[in-house]
Amino acid sequence: MAEILDLSRFVERSQDGNAHITLAVEGVSCAGCIRKIETGLKKLPGIIDARLNFTQHRLGVDWRDAEIDAARIIETLKTLGYGAYPFAPEIVETDEVRQAKWLLKCLAVAGFAAMNVMLLSISVWSGNVSDMTQETRDLFHWLSALIALPAAAYAGQPFFQSAWRALRVRQLNMDVPITVGVVLALGLSIYETAIHAVHAYFDSAIMLLFFLLCGRYLDRAMRQKTRQFASNLASFKAEFAYRFAAEGELIKVPVSALERGDTILVRPGETVPADGVIISGFSELDQSLITGETVPRAVDAGTTVYAGSINCSGAVTMEVATAGTGTLVDEVERLLARATEAKSRTVRLADRAARLYAPLVHITATLTAIGWLMAGASLHDAIVTAVAVLIITCPCAIALAIPAVQVVASGRLFRSGIILNSGDAIEKLAEVDTVVFDKTGTLTLPDGVVDDRAIDPHLLERAARLALSSHHPLAAALSICARERVPYPAAVEVTGQGVRALIDGQEARLGSARFCGLADEALAVPASEGEASTISFAHAGRFARIPIRQRLRPDAVAVVHGLAACSLDLIILSGDRAEAVEPVAARLSIRQWRAELTPTEKITAIESLKSQGHRVLMIGDGLNDAPALATASVSLSPIAAAHLTQAHADALFIGDHLEPALNAVLVSQQAKSLMRQNLVLAVAYNALAVPIAVAGLVTPLIAAIAMSGSSILVTLNALRARFGQASSLSSYATSSPAKGLDPAVKGMHRIGADYVAATHCGRGQPL
Amino acid sequence: MNVLIYLVPMALLLGLIGLFGFMWTLRSGQYDDLDGAAVRILPDDDIEE
Repeated sequence: MAEILDLSRFVERSQDGNAHITLAVEGVSCAGCIRKIETGLKKLPGIIDARLNFTQHRLGVDWRDAEIDAARIIETLKTLGYGAYPFAPEIVETDEVRQAKWLLKCLAVAGFAAMNVMLLSISVWSGNVSDMTQETRDLFHWLSALIALPAAAYAGQPFFQSAWRALRVRQLNMDVPITVGVVLALGLSIYETAIHAVHAYFDSAIMLLFFLLCGRYLDRAMRQKTRQFASNLASFKAEFAYRFAAEGELIKVPVSALERGDTILVRPGETVPADGVIISGFSELDQSLITGETVPRAVDAGTTVYAGSINCSGAVTMEVATAGTGTLVDEVERLLARATEAKSRTVRLADRAARLYAPLVHITATLTAIGWLMAGASLHDAIVTAVAVLIITCPCAIALAIPAVQVVASGRLFRSGIILNSGDAIEKLAEVDTVVFDKTGTLTLPDGVVDDRAIDPHLLERAARLALSSHHPLAAALSICARERVPYPAAVEVTGQGVRALIDGQEARLGSARFCGLADEALAVPASEGEASTISFAHAGRFARIPIRQRLRPDAVAVVHGLAACSLDLIILSGDRAEAVEPVAARLSIRQWRAELTPTEKITAIESLKSQGHRVLMIGDGLNDAPALATASVSLSPIAAAHLTQAHADALFIGDHLEPALNAVLVSQQAKSLMRQNLVLAVAYNALAVPIAVAGLVTPLIAAIAMSGSSILVTLNALRARFGQASSLSSYATSSPAKGLDPAVKGMHRIGADYVAATHCGRGQPL
Repeated sequence: MNVLIYLVPMALLLGLIGLFGFMWTLRSGQYDDLDGAAVRILPDDDIEE
């Protein structure tokens, strides 16, 4: 049955029969990709335009609806070597983009006004010390007012609105002193101009707005960039569901497009995409990820099931009760919230400091004014000094110091394919001094390759076809070799042992040696030889033992060397046999390794490391190493995209490459030192500038420049987290074909991953 | 000082031209793909052979 993919929810159709879709594209890395994608698509009939946004890794395609459909476009991109995922930017980002544009407009207006007012101010300053007449000075002051007042009314809105929002709920934020400062400075200036005074402060007010807007825009821009990468990641992992159309036809739709009342089919091995009620069919569901219950639960018509359960045995039809749990928007929000908003220790501290500091600003300014009045200064001088204090003490730099770095660093991590599950992951990663690896699925790829050199191809083909009916990971690896991809009819899977079926009238068995009747031989030969695991096949009196080997992740060697170069201790703790672990440790030149550990022994090992004062980073497969991951100071999991939501490591990475692990450590270390620098900068600025301002030595203009200068300095320093030392192995974590295969596995079949479903239902079951 | 009568409006006018120019570039989406713009000049597939 040909699959029909329905993407209508993501397609915008116009009156004249044209359609438009936005796709998040995976694997874009260089200028060549732009050309390859755009020209490749334009060759298709009916395509009007294709334009790749290289900054955001998004592709906009316009086409004539009658001639081609969106699914074909995605197919074409796949043949070009790029994964493309439907993406609805208008849902996720419109608001963000509008906000950023608005800030930029305010910035432009403030910039224009600031330059022109300064032009007039400098003339007045030089005129004041030479021969300027009072009429000319008044003209210049009024001209300044003419420019500054409307400009401040427009460009100050971001601050005024935010201050008003805070005041309405009886709170103070850092926009309140800014607003008060600007309004005071402008009001005082109009009064001074009206009484023909020598000084006016239009320039200070407008300069303050201009520089603050620079800082605000930078901050907003980096947040937006982080958000873009988060939403790309979220759409890369979007899953599909099979929905029955009105005519009973099965249509493949993205899970986020499911609606309440839809009837969907969930086949064995698939994850239930939404909460709902089963209409027909029997099956067993693995709900361990939701309830922790490891025994599969039998379900039939009328049973309520929850999104995230895995269907183990039979196909069921269900009605969707609540969609929206897996929508893209939720997913983006979740990713961002976890990575940037979850409060780490330092962030909490900085927050508290900023909150306590805001009232302090107003009190200091008021006290300064009162103090100067009591000391006999004029009202004008007292107010000017107070305004300077108000502006200069504003805690913007302190409030920005940590979050700015956090945002930039997590954006960089998102970009390299790392997803942060906890807000303090960056800080914890930065402190790590020992790295513990799991072997299987971490240093090696989760999916194995079949070593078919010594096996009769005929027999292998039959075994592989039979393997199509099994869920076990080893069988999944084997099934890739099947040329004829049709399962044998009436194949029965015997849980924990294997699968059997009638082939050409004779029984064939695939599974454990005992299951295949090889019991005697199996006792003589170890179940696995060397580093390979084996699966047995018996048919019509012929037997085969098929070795399935694991491959190292393509960049494992380079990454491990990179980590060693950061002077981290590296240790392998594996549950696998010593013969399998040793060659891997040797290839990676990791001297400390232990094999045949039970999960409990792994925990003990990590705990003893921790009790020696080490901070341990555990890199392990999130699915079966969960307790060990939880024990370590901080944990990182390589993970198949479909499992993102379920894993509980502090951070996850997608793709075949191990490089994100190295990046995570490098970026975090850099981020930590930038955070520290920023705090020192912000505190030093305040400690220095406040006494000078209180002493009345600073004009409001200097105060405006100094204060906004400190915020911008902090933000720019945070932006360094975007560049800095990164590993230079490859740029983007993608599912690109593995390079640099282990020489030992050349000539073997590369296998794909039906592993996802298989690991769950086959967990802990010897085949 | 009579020169100010046309110099000041001229200065303002120049500034305003710059401001509106910027607003136009913003509206026409010229800042949407800065990295892309930098690499798009590299291929010469727009040259007729």
